[in-house]
Amino acid sequence: MQMPEPEADILAGKARIVARLREVLPNGAVIDDPVALKVYECDGLSAYRCPPMCAVLPGSTEEVSAVMRVCHEAGVPVVPRGSGTSLSGGALPTADSVILGVARMNRVLETDYDNRFIRVEAGRTNLSVTGAVEADGFFYAPDPSSQLACAIAGNIAMNSGGAHCLKYGVTTNNLMGVTVVMADGEVIELGGAHLDAGGLDLLGLICGSEGQLGVVTEATLRILAKPEGARPVLIGFDSNEVAGACVSDIIRAGILPVAIEFMDRVVIRAAEAHAHPGYPDCEALLIIEVEGSEAEIDHQLGRIIEIARHHEPVALRESASAEESAKIWKGRKTAFGAMGRINDYMCLDGTIPVSELPLVLRRIGEMGEGYGLTVGNVFHAGDGNMHPLILFDANKPGDLEKAEALGADILTLCVEVGGCLTGEHGVGVEKRDIMRAQYSDDDLAIQMDVKDVFDPAWVLNPAKVFPLDASAPRRLAK
Amino acid sequence: MKQSVSSEQELAEAVAAAAGPLRIRGGGTRDIGRPVVGEVLSVAGLSGVDLYEPGALTLVARAGTPLAEIDALLAGEGQRLAFEPMDHRVLLGTGGEPTIGGAVAANVSGPRRVQAGAARDFALGARFVDGRGRVLKNGGRVMKNVTGYDLVKLLAGSWGTLGVLTEVSLKVQAVPETEATLVARGLGLAEGVAALARALGSPWDISGTVHLEVGEASETRVRIEGSEMSVRYRAGALAGAGFAGWEVVEGVASAVLWREVRDVAPFAGDGRVIWRLSVKPSDAPVISAALTAAGLVHRGIYDWGGGLMWLALEDGGDDAGEGLIRGQIAAHGGHAMLVRASEALRGRIAVFQPQPAPVAALMRGLKQKFDPRGILNPGLMMSEHDKAAG
Ligand SMILES: Cc1cc2nc3c(=O)[nH]c(=O)nc-3n(C[C@H](O)[C@H](O)[C@H](O)COP(=O)(O)OP(=O)(O)OC[C@H]3O[C@@H](n4cnc5c(N)ncnc54)[C@H](O)[C@@H]3O)c2cc1C
Repeated sequence: MQMPEPEADILAGKARIVARLREVLPNGAVIDDPVALKVYECDGLSAYRCPPMCAVLPGSTEEVSAVMRVCHEAGVPVVPRGSGTSLSGGALPTADSVILGVARMNRVLETDYDNRFIRVEAGRTNLSVTGAVEADGFFYAPDPSSQLACAIAGNIAMNSGGAHCLKYGVTTNNLMGVTVVMADGEVIELGGAHLDAGGLDLLGLICGSEGQLGVVTEATLRILAKPEGARPVLIGFDSNEVAGACVSDIIRAGILPVAIEFMDRVVIRAAEAHAHPGYPDCEALLIIEVEGSEAEIDHQLGRIIEIARHHEPVALRESASAEESAKIWKGRKTAFGAMGRINDYMCLDGTIPVSELPLVLRRIGEMGEGYGLTVGNVFHAGDGNMHPLILFDANKPGDLEKAEALGADILTLCVEVGGCLTGEHGVGVEKRDIMRAQYSDDDLAIQMDVKDVFDPAWVLNPAKVFPLDASAPRRLAK
Repeated sequence: MKQSVSSEQELAEAVAAAAGPLRIRGGGTRDIGRPVVGEVLSVAGLSGVDLYEPGALTLVARAGTPLAEIDALLAGEGQRLAFEPMDHRVLLGTGGEPTIGGAVAANVSGPRRVQAGAARDFALGARFVDGRGRVLKNGGRVMKNVTGYDLVKLLAGSWGTLGVLTEVSLKVQAVPETEATLVARGLGLAEGVAALARALGSPWDISGTVHLEVGEASETRVRIEGSEMSVRYRAGALAGAGFAGWEVVEGVASAVLWREVRDVAPFAGDGRVIWRLSVKPSDAPVISAALTAAGLVHRGIYDWGGGLMWLALEDGGDDAGEGLIRGQIAAHGGHAMLVRASEALRGRIAVFQPQPAPVAALMRGLKQKFDPRGILNPGLMMSEHDKAAG
């Protein structure tokens, strides 16, 4: 993975830029001490690291705007940052960049139950949005596994999803409005407490734009009344094919669970060793959760179990208590961590049509063998969003490169069967250079044209999303 | 003059070769917006479903495919389009066949918007021809996709001003076993909207909420959809939570009530000016009262819990009520669109909500990139006034 060379004249002007930023921000909001900057040298994709020139932690939209004016004027790249949990290097700095962290902006600005929305500052963590409304019986639906740490800002930039998105949609389907600071410091409002756009849907464009079109400082989010209850069932199969067919049959039957999660043998064993959720030792495991009143849950689970029985499951366990439900979910929610105890891993995020699951799982196994690497699979099966976890040893020379090559092959396969490179983690730097597997040069050019409109000088997170050679003329033309 | 094309390639060539403005037409049923002067370019010839996977809830269809054909195909598998697109022929008195491309390009969403989402939420991918005649694509046919910018959302609701859709991928939904509607009569607007807010704030997954003030007595409706047992359970639960005494209408009779709301049918067949406002739901009674106090007499259908106001004006005056209505939007937020009015009025009055200068500048910038020659439905969304501003 390559990053653009830092610009020498920006590096040379560092002292002046830091001084300018200190003038517009309160004490302590500008960090340039090399030790303190270590926190900002990478995000969740920790294989790539680079300390930024400095980091700023503004406390308001006005302060963000002031930062952008300073950086825009000086032509300094700005990398927006929420909590730094991105798995694609979205928040990875370059040596000549300023990290603009919104973590200090975490207040709830307004809650409105009659109109079912909450307005928050964008640095607020995902889980604490639900935390602010759950005592009153409401919740914010998108639930990335990283929800304890990740910020709404990052969720919007990546259009993040989660286990329960099968029913409730991803971030873009639950986002009603944003306050955005543009690259030149101008502040705009898009959307709000009403639905849909009065002109072009710029809100839909901002969501998923990976910090390249503007800095999101506030967000209006849709909140929902909590269902009366929820309960999972755990179903084990002796082949991935059969598990995949079961998923498809459930969907066809018109049942819409809130979640259908899939784990293969590698992950089942890792999860069992780590969290002891009592998983059966089998080839493939589904966790299917439904919601409603007790009677509605019984009814839906009854139908799901009936469908599953046609596929001769080797294990089938309906949760009988809140404790058991928590245990079933614990194994899934800590699966990444469990894999991390075995070895270093690289987490992919391609999406495929659900119908292609059996083929793709088989091919991933074969490709892994070809590279001599183990791959575990844990993913959102209802919507085809795969998470192959490639195990490798970062200390072994050449292993990372091998894992990267296998990853690119797997993602190319996802595209070939009608899917895409990333379902929820974003392109960042990780998938930047394989974008041509999915898009033609013209398809990429029109996207870069959009960036030209929002950020003509390519100040915001410039080295991401687009293949470096494709964005070079625009980045350098500024 | 009218050009018809039968393939994406032909369409791209026609756009590339166009010497002047083009009026992009699907079925021609949604005659909305500022009248466009130009040669008609019809995509009705790009028709047919390319892929339908019921087990993956996905459908890929060419833009000119009639909605009726898609509805019938989906119904055969017990599925449907969740966003319940309005049939504008009823309200506008237009002819033709609504197409899927038109529904997506106009982001047309019905009563289920409050629960399931808008057309834009179900649009997974698109192929389109930009103003230079290039064939482009964005998104795909899978439910989760964050690969690059989401231009599909941008195209949905761009009314053919940024590109001509040639193919769309959609997420579809299973048709629930049954439905029921709770109905109350004679509530005032504020009372009705408050009741709808209580329903939407309940855990019972409400999929339609409307208050109608069209005839003598008002009517307030709440829809529940699902399995027989679940619908019965939730109707009972609502009755125990402040909805006692509401009449329960079930099955087909319930469906008829919502088709009427979807198509704004009570306002069909007369010449009244119709506005469509999207506002914070609890603002609807406030806005309606303010308009009445200012002398703008209207009848209203308040869908989306009050958040979608369809206003039929008895007499809007010279400006079709624009000054008063947009004044309310300025005070409360949201947007207002002049949906039904004479061509003359639509030529004079901004049909779409004028945007603040910096936002309007972004929209103009995008138009410039997608359609540098300004030939795709020029002026349909942005009036001369918008162009001058900022
Ligand atoms: C263990 C683990 C599990 C995960 N599980 C999931 C999951 O289930 N689903 C999922 O979708 N993701 C998941 N992720 C990925 C990650 O958590 C999400 O992408 C998350 O939304 C990132 O949020 P963040 O606040 O940490 O953003 P950061 O990592 O700080 O930044 C992410 C991107 O957002 C941009 N950005 C940040 N703030 C702003 C702003 N204010 N304005 C504009 N752009 C901004 C950054 O420039 C960057 O491109 C997981 C990550 C980990 C480590």
